[in-house]
Amino acid sequence: MIPVILVISMCIFGIIKLAPGSPVGTNLDPRATPEQKAIERERLGLDDPMHIQYAKWLGRVAEGDLGKSFIYQKPVKDVIGTYLKNTFILNIPVFILAFGISIPVGIHSAVKRYSVFDNFWTVFSLIGLSLPSFFFGLLLIYTFAVKLKILPINGMIEAGSDSTGFAYALEVTKHMVLPGIVMTIGSLASYVRYTRNGMLEVIHQDYIRTARAKGLNEKVVIYKHAFRNALLPIVTLLGYSLIFLLSGSVITESIFNWPGMGRVLLESVTMRDYNLMMAIMMLYAILTLIGNLLADIGYALVDPRVKVD
Amino acid sequence: MLKTNDTAVAVDVNKAQNESIEGPWQMAWKRFRKNKLAMAGGIILILLILGAVFAPLISPYTLDHMDYTQINKPPSAQHWLGTDQLGRDYLTRMLHGSRISLQVGVFAVLISVVLGSLIGGIAGYYGGWVDNLCMRIVEIVMSFPFLPLAITVSAVVGARLPAEFKMYITMMVIGLLSWTGLARMIRGQILSLREQEFMQAAKALGLSDKRIILKHLLPNTVAYIIVSATLGMAGAIMTESALSFLGLGVAPPTPTWGNMVQNARDFYILTNRPWLWMPPGIAIFLTVMSINLLGDGLRDALDPKTK
Repeated sequence: MIPVILVISMCIFGIIKLAPGSPVGTNLDPRATPEQKAIERERLGLDDPMHIQYAKWLGRVAEGDLGKSFIYQKPVKDVIGTYLKNTFILNIPVFILAFGISIPVGIHSAVKRYSVFDNFWTVFSLIGLSLPSFFFGLLLIYTFAVKLKILPINGMIEAGSDSTGFAYALEVTKHMVLPGIVMTIGSLASYVRYTRNGMLEVIHQDYIRTARAKGLNEKVVIYKHAFRNALLPIVTLLGYSLIFLLSGSVITESIFNWPGMGRVLLESVTMRDYNLMMAIMMLYAILTLIGNLLADIGYALVDPRVKVD
Repeated sequence: MLKTNDTAVAVDVNKAQNESIEGPWQMAWKRFRKNKLAMAGGIILILLILGAVFAPLISPYTLDHMDYTQINKPPSAQHWLGTDQLGRDYLTRMLHGSRISLQVGVFAVLISVVLGSLIGGIAGYYGGWVDNLCMRIVEIVMSFPFLPLAITVSAVVGARLPAEFKMYITMMVIGLLSWTGLARMIRGQILSLREQEFMQAAKALGLSDKRIILKHLLPNTVAYIIVSATLGMAGAIMTESALSFLGLGVAPPTPTWGNMVQNARDFYILTNRPWLWMPPGIAIFLTVMSINLLGDGLRDALDPKTK
């Protein structure tokens, strides 16, 4: 895992170094003289060879110093802390809802294959997978905020609101509904499909027939014999969904102006805030790796045949 | 008497021959044809491609024809999808947009298929340290957070280039980041194909490695490649439209469906001129859906095991 992180960090550093415009320009008073600029370049170490710059950057990152964000005029660490929290506030309910719905639905669809229920969810998945999240988000805004005027569309709280406690929670929840729907439906579509396929692979196996033949209750057959074996792909999905959700939330956050990581990433990209951009990219990469690791661990927990070394 | 018998035998032989002539591709086509949804997907896709190819012939307007007397007009008989803020015919822009969106989809998938099948093929065929190296690369590329990275690369690299080149950057980024799944699948397939008898024959004949991989191993995985390419194209079109929507993919004045939906970021347009953002969004949806249907149908037709 460590070598992978190192290689990824090198790639990210390299990509960002390709960027045009030097951070000196964005950081300094535009009236600065060439001498002042040279001093600033010297201070930022921009004239060092690439590998030295990388080593210095990595050293600082290892010490927990991610530099300062130009946009927010705060240490990158603080910016990430605030906005990552908001992203999780949006993502955790989506995660719970998406899995809470898709697992039972997927199982039932597989058991009652080609029934009305199954067909409904198959069509639902197809539409959900084909509908671009940004377009879906705009449609929701158009319907619920513009035509019906029942839900807020912008940000996390009302502008200038200083509510606390329960009122605050209610306000945040209201703002969460539309972005939450976009993300939940997007994930549901693929999770239902995935669970259904996983169950279908298991359900026609011989040992399921054996279980039925020996007179076991259908519930026991489905949930104990079939589902436990279908859990393997689902556990993998749980791990990957961490990054799937975080990536997906970039677009959703930007449409609904949700003050989360995704929006900050887009801001940092358009404003060329390199320190912030690199830190966010590293964070996403590390979260991806953690997701993969969790998937592996989950796999070993569910399947006794797999040993993690 | 004898004669009739003869013809009967001949007919039988004929029948047997006719049956045995049916190759795997014909069988797949037969299965595919029965799948109405997949056929519908295929037909919609063909219509879209025709529309894209013949865009200049279909529409009476040119792409950049501006008519200042016809600004922001809602759909009418003259302009079926209305006109935009510069008085350009919106349907014409949609048709031209489909050219870009489909092109990006096709080329991005081409890049990912070539990379994926070659790296997967090489890893599976050689095994050992080559396999190890290739799979480490796959693992690293897989660990890249796809959309955030695509956003950053498009923004950083795209900023150095003029607008008309951004399209190629978008293709490259999508292609270079999405070959890993295919590589893994091909490698798995080749690992099992390698143990079969025809490989011993190929080796005994002294064929070169290149020839074995390209002519004997990869053709056996072509069903997987086709399915993965089709579904990959849906993903590529989706990603391109998302990037263009965020203003990081193909940039105006080149129209693509993604950057046309971007109109809706202006709240006034979102509320009052739905014809400027709904049609391109619906177009993306229909395209991606028909490709997905086609891909699912192809998978069922080419790989009866999953049925």
